[in-house]
Amino acid sequence: MAELCDLTAHELAGRLRSGEATTADVVDSALGRVTAVDERLHAFLVVTEDLARRQAGRVDELRARGEPLPPTAGIPLALKDVLCTRGIRTTAGSKILEPYVPPYDCTPWGRLDRGGAVLVGKTNCDEFAMGSSNENSAYGPVRNPWDPERVPGGSSGGSAAAVAAGEAVWALGTDTGGSVRQPASLCGVVGLKPTYGRISRFGLIAFASSLDHVGTLTRDVRDAATLLSAIAGNDPLDATSLPGPAADYAEGLDAGLAGLRIGVVEDWLSMEGVQPGVRDSFHAAVDMLAGMGASVDRAELPHADYALSAYYLIAPAECSSNLARFDGVRYGFRAPGASDVVEMNMRSRGRGFGDEVKRRIMLGTYSLSAGYYDAYYGQAQKVRTLVIRDYEKAFERFDLLVSPTSPTTAFKLGEKTENPLAMYLSDVFTIPSDLSGTPAISIPCGLAADDGLPVGFQFMGRLEDERTVLRAAFALEQELGFTARPPLVPAAAG
Amino acid sequence: MADEFETVIGLECHVELATATKMFCGCANEFGAPPNTNVCPVCLGHPGTLPVPNQRAIEYAIQIGLALGCKIAPHSLFHRKNYFYPDMPKNFQISQYDQPLCVNGHLDVQVDGQTTRVGITRVHLEEDTGKTTHAGATGRIAEADYALEDYNRAGVPLVEVVSEPDMRSAEEARAYLTELRAILEALGVSDVRMEEGSLRCDANVSVRPVGSADLGTKVEIKNLNSIRSLYRAVRFEEERQRTALESGERLVQETRHWDENRGITSPLRSKEFAFDYRYFPEPDLSPLEPDPEWIEQLRAALPELPAERRRRLAQEHGLEPRQVAQVGASREWADFFERTVALGSDPKAAANWIIGDLAGLLNEHHVALAHSKVGPQHLADVVRLFASGHISSAGAKSALAVAFESGDPIEKIVEDRGLRQVSDTSALDAVIEDAIAENPGPVEQFRKGKEAAINALVGHVM
Repeated sequence: MAELCDLTAHELAGRLRSGEATTADVVDSALGRVTAVDERLHAFLVVTEDLARRQAGRVDELRARGEPLPPTAGIPLALKDVLCTRGIRTTAGSKILEPYVPPYDCTPWGRLDRGGAVLVGKTNCDEFAMGSSNENSAYGPVRNPWDPERVPGGSSGGSAAAVAAGEAVWALGTDTGGSVRQPASLCGVVGLKPTYGRISRFGLIAFASSLDHVGTLTRDVRDAATLLSAIAGNDPLDATSLPGPAADYAEGLDAGLAGLRIGVVEDWLSMEGVQPGVRDSFHAAVDMLAGMGASVDRAELPHADYALSAYYLIAPAECSSNLARFDGVRYGFRAPGASDVVEMNMRSRGRGFGDEVKRRIMLGTYSLSAGYYDAYYGQAQKVRTLVIRDYEKAFERFDLLVSPTSPTTAFKLGEKTENPLAMYLSDVFTIPSDLSGTPAISIPCGLAADDGLPVGFQFMGRLEDERTVLRAAFALEQELGFTARPPLVPAAAG
Repeated sequence: MADEFETVIGLECHVELATATKMFCGCANEFGAPPNTNVCPVCLGHPGTLPVPNQRAIEYAIQIGLALGCKIAPHSLFHRKNYFYPDMPKNFQISQYDQPLCVNGHLDVQVDGQTTRVGITRVHLEEDTGKTTHAGATGRIAEADYALEDYNRAGVPLVEVVSEPDMRSAEEARAYLTELRAILEALGVSDVRMEEGSLRCDANVSVRPVGSADLGTKVEIKNLNSIRSLYRAVRFEEERQRTALESGERLVQETRHWDENRGITSPLRSKEFAFDYRYFPEPDLSPLEPDPEWIEQLRAALPELPAERRRRLAQEHGLEPRQVAQVGASREWADFFERTVALGSDPKAAANWIIGDLAGLLNEHHVALAHSKVGPQHLADVVRLFASGHISSAGAKSALAVAFESGDPIEKIVEDRGLRQVSDTSALDAVIEDAIAENPGPVEQFRKGKEAAINALVGHVM
């Protein structure tokens, strides 16, 4: 029988309600799993054991008193280390923030904390969320629970690995170019990136402000809907936050696929570098959709080919400005021994940032420079507009678009570190939804025939239409019945 | 020789808005608080924080634009201006770039009765930086041991008003800044205290041969902390440039620092770095698209502006142009004048007393009108008692001087000091008859021709 920490949040909620288990039991189970596996996985940068136990005790007390509790109460949660937590060190995977303890909470965690969520810890990630393999963390890479020789994906690799391995029941990540969906795909869990502005970015350490989304990593689609409902809704502290309160996204999940028009972005599958095992698993799932009452046809996103290039101009440009604040003056790492402020800035940044971050700061600085702006940043924004129009046009014919989440399954550590462009291609199917701000989800659609590793299936929806995305993902998930667990999980292995 | 050149001046003024809170966070916006007490994660640029625009600051900026006859853009953008400086917490300033909030306005200024229309290029919103204090023996940046940062000012809402290069003399530049300050004061959107930095001004100055359509090499002058500094700095700079050109030197485009004590400008070393600010649209903020109805409401609610008020002072109160210029120079003085008139004073007489004796006393004692113990009631009483002949001109002046010191009511001063002129002759007759009756000796001597004897009688009457 599976341990408590291997259950979904909605299964646990049932046991907690009925008294079969206490929050303390659940938290013990998750912390036990961390002790058992994290030395190998390195999914966590900080484990907040004492806080978790205190919070568990408080939730059990409230429950004993018969207080009404939200479905997130008492469920062990992990937070990607780019999400600020008051009093808990938050590093963004960077040396430059090694000593940084935020004086405030990010809005999503603040809302969950008030609802009795239990924080297990802060998860490892690529430095400032820049990467697709977690190898850019200043604190060492995360390993994939399905095969410790392989990467978990990135940049929310720690959150994805923790959820896959049972160290947390669910987690928050961030998705700027696919950083929630791609690691979900590589770790065999569910990764949801909602509409831009659906979840407040207040307290999310910015990488590229116009592309950054908070997203969820969960064991199934119902949990994704529940977690989204708990953290969505307008936040007056984020001027780009969508208006209106959070909806209950779990409502209507089981409405099925009947009548939905689904477009397959076939062009993407014939791209160089798409792994045959990924293609086969994807096509098998598409066939299922047709059998479940959806109409399936071929869709076109003609400018998506340029999306990757546009992304690698826009994201670094914004990053070069967002990361300027890390200068050693007010907080974070300050290099010693400088004789003036400019030298102090340069040394602190030179030693505090890793190679990929520096590469992107340089790219971005260049593309915003006088004389280059129009050719690079300005042109990229035009391409972004074309990508948005592509989606608008496609959504006139279709309710949803589908594709694999990433061209490959989890690759080996070190396999792509020498070739940034090959690494960037890992996000080629996820980047367009970040450019357009539209919601998308990755769910596991089986293990690839060629390497036995999980394959992610991506649904992409209209702006603000998370419901249709979740409803279709839920239907396919039920039909697929994917129950495989990574071998590193003791219960599954035993 | 000097007649062959003309001076061309454009001004860039920064106005700190008197909002309750900062531009993008909820911290108090106040001058003079202990260092780093009005700060929060947002204005300290902590990771993950986001700006939320201050609605009142946008309102104030629109009011300024409307008062300067600008067009309010239906769509404007915030941009990031990127450069590293320790007093700027994010190392970028949220400002406006190619799509400002207000454009194409004008400001009419008067010099010696001549009106010049100065174009307003733009009025835009941005955030202020913190304040750096260089510590060390000399206080000079290059020799400082360390620097102290106070972020209380970081994020204070700032409006920049940029003029066209339409001014041709230091007098016009002075009149422009005086008028702009009066407009801001009338709107109530800023403290407009140049000494506290809530109104700051940079001057772009060049000279060119008269009749030339091209602009000469421009110099930007910084550190102008008063209207007087602006005037002196422009006078110095136009002379410096003229002399240089006349002696065949080539001028360089540069930023120069005004040294108030030495009365000269000198090049600023910081221009060794040519900044590329890498402006791009601020992704954390949506475009500003003010509701046209709201703009019309703001337009309708604009207070009486200085130019209008001066017209009214002339028409309603019949003041001379010279009186209008002085009484109408600021809201404070015009308010004082009108309150005095409301208490029944003759307007012309009140104006003369205000710009004559009262201004003289304020100047002499270096007191601002706001802190003066003499109020409109004092002035109205002086005007009334003098007009009715109850006090002499000398008596009025001395009553005002006493009130300036003590703040006592004029009537009381007049009584206490016996300043009242007795003009009732029947009462006077009785006193004189008494004096004659009680001083038979001196009366006799006077009758015999000893004129000095009258003094004893006069003394008695007094």
